Amino acid sequence: MTGITLFGLTGALVIGLGVFGLVARHHLVHRVLAFNLIGSGIFLLFGALASRSPNGTDPVPQALVITGIVVALAATALAVTLITRFAEASGRTHLPDDSEDGDGAV
Amino acid sequence: MTVFDILTLACAALGMVFFAAGTVGLLRFPDVHSRLHALTKADNLGLGLIALGLIFQAEGIATALKLLLVWLLAIFAAATASQLIARAALTGLDDDTPADPRP
Amino acid sequence: MTALAFDTLLAIAIAATAAGAVVARGLYASIALFIIYGLMLAVAWVRLEAIDVALAEAAIGAGLTGILLVGAAARCRAVERRTGAIGDGSGERRTLLRTIQGAMAGVLAAAVGAAVLLLPDSAPGLTATVAGTIERSGVSNPVTAVLLNFRGYDTLLESMVLVVALVGVWSLGAEQFWGGRPGLKQHARTDGVLAYFGRMLPLVGLLVGIHLLWAGAHAPGGAFQAGTVLAAVWLLVAMAGLRDAPPIASMRLRLLIVVGPAWFLAVGAIGALAGSFLGLPEAFASELILAIEVLLTLSIAVTLVLLVLGVPRRTT
Repeated sequence: MTGITLFGLTGALVIGLGVFGLVARHHLVHRVLAFNLIGSGIFLLFGALASRSPNGTDPVPQALVITGIVVALAATALAVTLITRFAEASGRTHLPDDSEDGDGAV
Repeated sequence: MTVFDILTLACAALGMVFFAAGTVGLLRFPDVHSRLHALTKADNLGLGLIALGLIFQAEGIATALKLLLVWLLAIFAAATASQLIARAALTGLDDDTPADPRP
Repeated sequence: MTALAFDTLLAIAIAATAAGAVVARGLYASIALFIIYGLMLAVAWVRLEAIDVALAEAAIGAGLTGILLVGAAARCRAVERRTGAIGDGSGERRTLLRTIQGAMAGVLAAAVGAAVLLLPDSAPGLTATVAGTIERSGVSNPVTAVLLNFRGYDTLLESMVLVVALVGVWSLGAEQFWGGRPGLKQHARTDGVLAYFGRMLPLVGLLVGIHLLWAGAHAPGGAFQAGTVLAAVWLLVAMAGLRDAPPIASMRLRLLIVVGPAWFLAVGAIGALAGSFLGLPEAFASELILAIEVLLTLSIAVTLVLLVLGVPRRTT
């Protein structure tokens, strides 16, 4: 196993953790945080896979990841503003649980 | 192995001791203020020693000065942050318990 | 051998902080672990020899995202205290549901991990293509060459995404505060440590920002990293109560927000007249890239600050 494979696997694990956080945590800030975990896990996976290039570090994936990090921040800022405005307007900081809506009819 | 490598290893090892001590203090000390005491004293010395060790490996004076700057910035930031945390702890603003901690 | 041992420890630290951020009970504990996770991730990017990405991850992924999350947590806690709403008490009940959710997430991670292991060890990539044409790009840092010349489309649209996100944030504000100043008024003691730090750091911060911008042509750095450092300096000054946030109706502020993308677009349009949209003429490529980067840095810095400060909340 090389360091590149190791970081690829770490990226996969972080994606899994992020998805778990997104579905299992109910506080909206926790969900935004988990969503950011998924994103950075995907970036790490992408970066690790791109490092398999035999000719040295590939600058194109690097540029794409930098773009992705900035766009993720823009999305996070919008999400955070939506959450705080929702909380201030409704007094709630998490979405209702499915099981609280009724008898779970989906 | 040159004499610079040995100096680097010695400084980094000593720095690690301070980091370990600071971490133990953070985990074991009872309240915010003594934890901060452990962190700011030990970590800054630890980081300083590691930066000093790396300076022995620096390729030029510019790199050495950058390492020094990193250490100074970390010290200033840590001093400011721990002042703010200590003040917040005094006024009881460090509340991170959920409003309804279901046991 | 030593390298692999270090990488293994680093991977464990990344996974552990990510797991901690997901399962920690308190919001602030989660966010603190997320910031540590981002810094560990930046070290991993260094190990993958992507220094530009490491800078962006540490400054934007860990730093600015961390500030946004802390700000959101503080506002949510204030709302919860006012309404007596329950906090995040999930996780203890419904063990079966948690188990199923964990298993599904585990299957997903395993499937992605299997894909990593099953892919061939070597991929062609575009390194050689970039190296072959970099002399005509006007800069010697391949990442900057890709960002501002070879794939200028991405960067142009990205800088516009920032502006659109800011418009989105502003439009969520209450109507009576439209055009006002974002955030609450900061009350820091003028002789306190924060005010002192806020007066001292801009000197160093401006220097580091300009250095990153200038170095971006030939070494890791560039408009986004420099813009983030400048944004951090401004945020610190605002948080220390030294200068109040500007009202969003300010024409000068709005000009600063759009000048970078607008100039980038204008250069691209001139390129279109000469043959290809965003195609920089070889003779002036390095000067044009510098001009684009300087203006983009200003716009990025201002936009990032305003994205963090959020909706306008007061008119004075």
